Amino acid sequence: MVEFIVNWIAFTPVFAVPLMLASIGLIINERAGVMNLCAEGIMLVGAFAGVVVYIESGNILALGTLGAIAAGLVVSALFAFMVVTMRLNQVVAGIAIVFFASGLTGLIGNPWTERAVEGFTKVDMGVLSTIPVLGKIVFSQDLMVYASVPIVYFVWRFLHRSIPGMKLRAVGENPQAADAAGVSIEFMRFGAVVTGGALVGLAGGYLALAASKIWVEDMTHGRGWIAVALVIFARWRPGRAVLGALLFGGIEALIPRIQAVGLAVPQYLLLMMPYLVTLAVLTYVGLVSRTGSGAPGALGLPYVREDRR
Amino acid sequence: MAHALQMTDIVKSFDGRMALDRAEFCADWGEVHGLLGENGAGKTSLMNVLCGLYRPDAGRMSIDGVEHRIEGPSHARALGIGMVHQHFKLVQPFTIAENVMLANPQKSWRKGVATVSEGIARLSDELGFEIDPAARIDRISVAEQQRVEIVKVLMGGARLLILDEPTSVLTDEEAARLLRTIQALARRGACVILITHKLREVLAHADRVTVMRSGRTVATVAARGTSAADLARMMVGDAPVDDTEPGQSGPVRLEISDLTARRDDGVSTVRGLSLTVRSGQIYGLAGVGGNGQTELAEVLMGVRAPETGHIGLDGSDITALHPKRRRALGIRNVPADRSAYGLAQELSVGDNYASTRLGSGSFGTLAWVSRRTIGAQTSAALKDFEIQGAAVDTSVRLLSGGNAQKLVLARELHGEPAVIVAHSPTHGLDVRACAAVHDHLRAARDFGAAVLLISEDLDEVLNLSDVVGVINRGAIVGELGRPADRHRVGELMLGHA
Repeated sequence: MVEFIVNWIAFTPVFAVPLMLASIGLIINERAGVMNLCAEGIMLVGAFAGVVVYIESGNILALGTLGAIAAGLVVSALFAFMVVTMRLNQVVAGIAIVFFASGLTGLIGNPWTERAVEGFTKVDMGVLSTIPVLGKIVFSQDLMVYASVPIVYFVWRFLHRSIPGMKLRAVGENPQAADAAGVSIEFMRFGAVVTGGALVGLAGGYLALAASKIWVEDMTHGRGWIAVALVIFARWRPGRAVLGALLFGGIEALIPRIQAVGLAVPQYLLLMMPYLVTLAVLTYVGLVSRTGSGAPGALGLPYVREDRR
Repeated sequence: MAHALQMTDIVKSFDGRMALDRAEFCADWGEVHGLLGENGAGKTSLMNVLCGLYRPDAGRMSIDGVEHRIEGPSHARALGIGMVHQHFKLVQPFTIAENVMLANPQKSWRKGVATVSEGIARLSDELGFEIDPAARIDRISVAEQQRVEIVKVLMGGARLLILDEPTSVLTDEEAARLLRTIQALARRGACVILITHKLREVLAHADRVTVMRSGRTVATVAARGTSAADLARMMVGDAPVDDTEPGQSGPVRLEISDLTARRDDGVSTVRGLSLTVRSGQIYGLAGVGGNGQTELAEVLMGVRAPETGHIGLDGSDITALHPKRRRALGIRNVPADRSAYGLAQELSVGDNYASTRLGSGSFGTLAWVSRRTIGAQTSAALKDFEIQGAAVDTSVRLLSGGNAQKLVLARELHGEPAVIVAHSPTHGLDVRACAAVHDHLRAARDFGAAVLLISEDLDEVLNLSDVVGVINRGAIVGELGRPADRHRVGELMLGHA
């Protein structure tokens, strides 16, 4: 039993980190007032690009990771052009990008499909890694798990303890006030979408290179949507997004564990669990938060300056 | 000494309508200068030109004797001009310090918070405010938010402070306190411009007063030695009332008794209002905006439930009727906000024209709408109402304000309406369109409709109405027959009940 639990906890970060990076990226987007529903698509493209660059570069992990980030940048720049520059409907544009990403990766993905990759490997910290329980849980993760800690801290610090971060939040809460204060709404929003998109792309790349270690069509399986829900659950706060990601990662990590020990639970029920929990969590948040959702005031609203005629 | 501010021959038009017509304004350091006028007189437009939000079509401005072309809000700020808008520009979930910091750039976060908090504390001390820099905007009262706006502007180095209707959101006590603060600021050498339509406020607290009317400057006078009646006269002017035939009024059609209603924020704005409109009569409801007109119009439309009171049509109670039933009984609306209540922007002219009568069988059955009938009737209406440059399938979004309003009228006046509620029917329209709208309302009256005209444009009310009622703080404070005495109406509108 102890071994079961230790294994479960040790496996949780691999599943939690993609959700964490994606939801942190989305928080940057949405704090600037851009409703980003294309996380699923950006993750998919990130996963695909990560694997392709990794394989084609001769298994260079750093390049694969950078490829995922670059793919996230490109797709989110397209999204930012649509919703920030052209001021299109953010919901429609987001969903369109999801289908575009799914179609595109399916169309050109064949040569790289189902080719197992080594990807991220567990770091061996010598003595530390052999400590019972802790060694397996804390000192035997891969690099990205460790890297995600400073990433989250930096994003939190940027958003809540820096001047540009404050401007970014002002743009998402009350663009009129930010505009009057001389903040460029377009610059802030474009920057937020692209930066957040890079993180979401990275999340996808990590998913393919660390969790599944393989590229399969539509392999994100709704994790982008779960990240969108996580942001709501986290009330747009990075710290709470980490907790939420661990919760969902934990559930995902449990599925192969349960199957491994041979418990007779229907497979489809297990696969459905993350989504069921998403529903439950969102309902819970809706019931509990009487003080509003904590959503940025101008979320989803394109900004058009009062006519300065 | 040079004037703090001198604005000469400022012209600004919106869509061919003159908002400012060679307006002049001059103020000095060390004074509180009241800027008085009715709604739409051009007060706020003039100040928006000053603080860089509007670019004037013509005119000159000098600050402290030096002529400037103000390029935008940040340029104005650099010149020491700061405006506290009627709608505060504050970020709700931010703290006071963060809001001040947003408007006044700091280098680093930690030092910035410290500097700004210190500055806020110092200024609040001087002005007698109690402001906690760490408090969040959404947790403090409106009066406190206003103080934050003032502190924000002053910390940006403003010496020329403009306050747009600052007391409209305050209680009497808070207002008195604010006005004392403003006087203290002026004594320290600042120039404070107070935009308002409250005579009492200006007389008690301003040193000089400039009065504006329909985009022009009427006069600048010293507050001392000027009476409220003088100012009211200057505000409402002496424009002649045209002598069109009065209506032949018949029996009472619309009867409103003891109506009270609340605004969305729970404030009771219609307070015991009673009035009757007869068939063949235009009843003009004059008043300064925000005295309950909007809520009254919504209650009559049936989109807002009244708290108490009754509405009667031809003797039967219609207080609780659904908008659709009211329409069937012949109650028609020309709403103030055309784009929200009057028309569906993305639909065609024809669809909009037909929309209210689709259920009546005029255009075919529920399952089969005859586009041909819609097209024919709409074309006829476009011709009758002289809506040029529009076809049946033009998207309403593309119509000019005047044509859109004529389309609303064409639809609402179709058939023989019993009651027409027209709220600011000519707001934002040019002279020609105004005249057309007025003609149509008169024609409807002559057919026997009871017309309730709610308008903030005094000229319109005086010209059209057979009876003028004045609304002030949610109730009728006086009714005058035609021709109504302009100055008496002005006094009633501006008086404090």
